[in-house]
Amino acid sequence: MTTADWQIVWFTVWVAALSTLTILPVGLALAFALARGNWPGKSIVETFVTLPLVMPPVATGLILLTVLGKHGLGGLIDFRIVFTWRAVLLALSVMSLPLLVRSARTAFEEVNPRLEQIARTLGAGGWRVFFTITVPLAARGIVGGMLLAFARALGEFGATIMVAGNIPGKTQTISLGIFENVTIGQNAQAYHLLGASVVLAFIAVWTSEFFLRRKKTA
Amino acid sequence: MGPKAFRSFFVLLAFVLMVLSLPLRAAEITVSAAASLTDALKQIAANYEKQSGDKIIFNFGASSTLAQQIAVGAPADIFFSADEAQMNRLEKNGLIDPATRKSILGNSLVVIVPSDSTLQIKSADDLANADVKQIALADPKAVPAGVYAKAWLTKLQLWPAVAPKVVPTENVRAALAAVASGNVDAGVVYKTDAAISKNVKIAYEVPRADGPDISYPVALVKGSSQPDAAKKFLDYLSSKEAGQVFTQYGFLLRQ
Repeated sequence: MTTADWQIVWFTVWVAALSTLTILPVGLALAFALARGNWPGKSIVETFVTLPLVMPPVATGLILLTVLGKHGLGGLIDFRIVFTWRAVLLALSVMSLPLLVRSARTAFEEVNPRLEQIARTLGAGGWRVFFTITVPLAARGIVGGMLLAFARALGEFGATIMVAGNIPGKTQTISLGIFENVTIGQNAQAYHLLGASVVLAFIAVWTSEFFLRRKKTA
Repeated sequence: MGPKAFRSFFVLLAFVLMVLSLPLRAAEITVSAAASLTDALKQIAANYEKQSGDKIIFNFGASSTLAQQIAVGAPADIFFSADEAQMNRLEKNGLIDPATRKSILGNSLVVIVPSDSTLQIKSADDLANADVKQIALADPKAVPAGVYAKAWLTKLQLWPAVAPKVVPTENVRAALAAVASGNVDAGVVYKTDAAISKNVKIAYEVPRADGPDISYPVALVKGSSQPDAAKKFLDYLSSKEAGQVFTQYGFLLRQ
């Protein structure tokens, strides 16, 4: 592992973690809104949130590139997104949001609304009920969704390469690095990154198993 | 299955086999060629298919990617590279037939900007200016167009100033596309690439004396399944007729 390899690994973990944190508030709000109540346009929102999961990642990347590019929103604001690390963050967030929402939504649906009602009759406000009753009871699903989203972000390729390019030291993640090294025949470096991704995947899965098992017995 | 159903199944099977065997009569020649050759070669192949009856199948991409594919066993009959380094790599590993190797084309580099850009790039030094924030290049680590661009800027001692702005792309056409979409401020591509897009304009032409010697070698790949048909197309590529098409697209003929 060279310094450049370490930089790629570090950047990937950092940007994947940041994207998971970025989508957390939006994802939980969406999941809760979808789990509770029937509001107009619910199924439309639901479909839109799920789209990145079903569409080819490259197609999602193309949408982002078109919207954020020079002839889209990017031309209106003096702030570069395309081909910068911000584009990586955005691509990862969009691609991993559905996983968090779906998982958290199921978890919210399984929380017994009567427990929330009881808390309310005892005088707790809406936010307090949400954070002290709903979220703790749905914690396993939320954490599971976060880990899924994080894992998806670690391995994202198609959307990222479209909107962020493959710039070493700036937007290159492990997946992009493996791809580049293989296409130019630097197999040794590709194997270093492959090793790193196996270790990361192992840690992520093992941590989630550990966490979920402990929750179950508690 | 009744006898009637069996018979119709048999007819269908015979039909499918017939369709499948049709292309086998004419030779199918697979050509792995540099992305910059896309438009010219497609036209040349169309002409050649008409007179020979053979079919030309292209695999366009960065020469470095194609060389890597051939090195790991991808099927190809002809390799047409945008630089000598990639061809040397295959020759060293015994993957091409050295006797068939010929450098037939030349090209030059240009600096391009989106056609609605107001950037003033009048010399190589201007690429180092602060208002040029992102420059698209084919990946300078391996892709010929990027390697040439890096060699040119290194010779002028501008590479350290330009390197942090580089957006490396898969191949030279992707660099062209990045500039055409307006998502980067400038790019360095071949003159022949700049000519095919309406959305870019040439800001600066690299003088031949400053730039590296750009040379396109072509050779027969060892292990070609139809070396004879492939050799015929190889000869056609250096014919006068093919030369006219190459010239029309802005390539320089060597020899």
